[in-house]
Amino acid sequence: MRARTRRLYTFGIAALLLLAAAVLAFFALRENANLFYTPEILAEKGQPEDGKVVKVGGWVEPGSLAYSEDGATMIFTVIDNSPHTIRVSYTGIAPDLFREGQGVVATGQFGPEGAFTARQILAKHDENYQPRELKPLDVAG
Amino acid sequence: MIELGHFAAFLALAAALAQGMFGLMGQRRMAGLAAYAGFAVMILSFVTLVVAFARSDFSVALVANNSHTLKPMIYKIAGAWGNHEGSMALWCLVTLGFGAAGALWMRTGRDLFEARALGIQGLLAVGALAYLLFASSPFLRLDPAPFQGAGLNPLLQDPALSIHPPMLYLGYVGYSFVFALAAAGLMEARVDSVWAKEARRWSLAAFIPLTLGIALGSYWAYYELGWGGWWFWDPVENASLMPWLIGAALLHSVVVTEKREGFGAWSALLAVLAFLFSIMGAFLVRSGILTSVHAFAVDPERGMLLLFGLLTYGGFALVLFAMRAPKLSGGKPWMLLSREGALMANNIVLIVAALTVLLGTLFPLMAEAAGRTISVGEPYFNLTFTPMLALLLLILPVVQAWAWGKADLKNWSKWAIAGGALALVFLALGVGLWDISIGAALGLALGAWLVIGALWELKRRAITPGRIFRLPPRVWGMTLAHMGLGLFVIGAVVETTGRYETTVALAEGGSGTVAGWTLTLDQVRAIEGPNWYADRAQLTATRGSAKAIMTPMKRYYPAAQMPTTETAIHKTGTGDLYAALGEQRMVDGAPRWVFRVYYNPMIDLLYFGVILMALGGAFSLWPRRKA
Repeated sequence: MRARTRRLYTFGIAALLLLAAAVLAFFALRENANLFYTPEILAEKGQPEDGKVVKVGGWVEPGSLAYSEDGATMIFTVIDNSPHTIRVSYTGIAPDLFREGQGVVATGQFGPEGAFTARQILAKHDENYQPRELKPLDVAG
Repeated sequence: MIELGHFAAFLALAAALAQGMFGLMGQRRMAGLAAYAGFAVMILSFVTLVVAFARSDFSVALVANNSHTLKPMIYKIAGAWGNHEGSMALWCLVTLGFGAAGALWMRTGRDLFEARALGIQGLLAVGALAYLLFASSPFLRLDPAPFQGAGLNPLLQDPALSIHPPMLYLGYVGYSFVFALAAAGLMEARVDSVWAKEARRWSLAAFIPLTLGIALGSYWAYYELGWGGWWFWDPVENASLMPWLIGAALLHSVVVTEKREGFGAWSALLAVLAFLFSIMGAFLVRSGILTSVHAFAVDPERGMLLLFGLLTYGGFALVLFAMRAPKLSGGKPWMLLSREGALMANNIVLIVAALTVLLGTLFPLMAEAAGRTISVGEPYFNLTFTPMLALLLLILPVVQAWAWGKADLKNWSKWAIAGGALALVFLALGVGLWDISIGAALGLALGAWLVIGALWELKRRAITPGRIFRLPPRVWGMTLAHMGLGLFVIGAVVETTGRYETTVALAEGGSGTVAGWTLTLDQVRAIEGPNWYADRAQLTATRGSAKAIMTPMKRYYPAAQMPTTETAIHKTGTGDLYAALGEQRMVDGAPRWVFRVYYNPMIDLLYFGVILMALGGAFSLWPRRKA
């Protein structure tokens, strides 16, 4: 086989695979890149379509943390500088640095009543960490 | 004493400069001597740093910021590289180490080439040392010295994590020497069989520790973070996966250069890219431009310097490549359906896979630049990376039997029938018996296909069974690596589809179940360690007549004011029963302890597969017995 023909095939195969990967990546990014919601953004844009996995970020409202009857699920309210809030429930262990008043980022889905069911809660391992997406909370009074 | 280390590091810088100069002037012997000298003084420098950590000399700022007298000795020592500055000192040490090793073990018979390779390695060391000394010096004093240090991040106080960074760095920095070889080869426009023989050995020398380093990091995340999984597609993990994929492509491409003098330009390009992706990994981790669950020290200024280094090295190598690549010979002729063609396909798939990982890792950054906050997680990688990997594994057993130049295709129908039958068997078993998804069944078939294919190839090469143990070590290496890959795939598919997890909140005496196991909370006690105190739960796990005591802990490190999760893992023989202790919760006025409990089937098989891959690499590195 002549080197030229071979090179043509090589580039053809590479281009085909790259194209396939690009198409896959395009759909994967459109479907699976998690959009980020704070209470303010949620109020502005409205709830995402049912079943779409998104991220919710904000600050855990002091005094809002409660548990389900069997103790496995924690339920708390996320706030930001707006008057809006999001109710988040999460079945699992709270991250080590989860506290009321601290920033959290939760990944999960919104339910019909606007309640957010998280499948993962992130709070960094470092006490100095602050989620990049969050603006500091105004300290009231 | 630390001043001695500081001074020695400057000597190392001078030696590296000399190595670079002599090397580029073509003085092989002098460059080699400078490489030995540089490595020797850098060892001295690094040892003084380690000694400062071992002796808790808090007048050294780095020790004060990262160590504590109450830490066990092993973590005092490991703490020397458990921080940014110390890890950069390690980076310098390994760079100089590879230069010295190269000076000692290169055997091409080409003095000018070897001198230039050492010279370029010397210049890479100059860059690393300058960054160490002028932008992240670990040798600075504190005055007055504090009485106590701030402690090492408790998450890093772990046996696997004490050797994970050195392993990873041996891999990352190992590619610096492969880079140097590529640049030296391009300089004389001779990337041929002799070059490839040398480059292959050093690629393996980097690939083996990189593989083990990634596995160690993954295993650490598995049992220390308490999330029950082994890979999270975290940017830092991706940063180590990309050089690995490119390194794997290089290992396959360089064989064509060695045996057929083909793919020379491509091999040189991959060699350059492997190191550039390693630096990019360091840049992504250290600069803090990516959101990662690995909270490392973050410093944009240092990030800019690393980016500058990346662009300088990359620009130099790519310009050199563009100038010399057209002059490289194309090697012996080959048909598309041949071993060359197969290895080319392997390379294309691996590179495209690396590109999908790169896109997924950098996409959040691009989105942020466009004013949108987006994160990319597991579903993206499952949809893009996994099909690429599957394609690679599908063709592997068939094409590894193909001959150089032109494949004999008369067996293709047998392969198709065998593969089809295997897929059907697993589909029937998977859907009918095991009740798993079609995708999972096909994944298992793919893993089995690889293992059987690897053994089949070994048998084919041996011709008669008696000769199996007289095959060259690199044939064994290939077999082990491909088998390891197959076992890894089986382990990964079983673990991912067969994992059970549940959260229970137990009062003392209460119990919960997971995967047929019943876990009863006997008690929770407060205990104390050398530099921590903890709540330790005692769970009794029973399933039929099987019984195990598990003691997950929640540790608190006062020095760092930080809790960690110490999971309890019970090996059941077919998988891990895994329990992590969470916080205490008051439910209806009574205290309960919350547990995250997993059953992770066959997770050991997954790690065994990876170790087998590294072992295969070691076999391939073993020189052929002289007949």
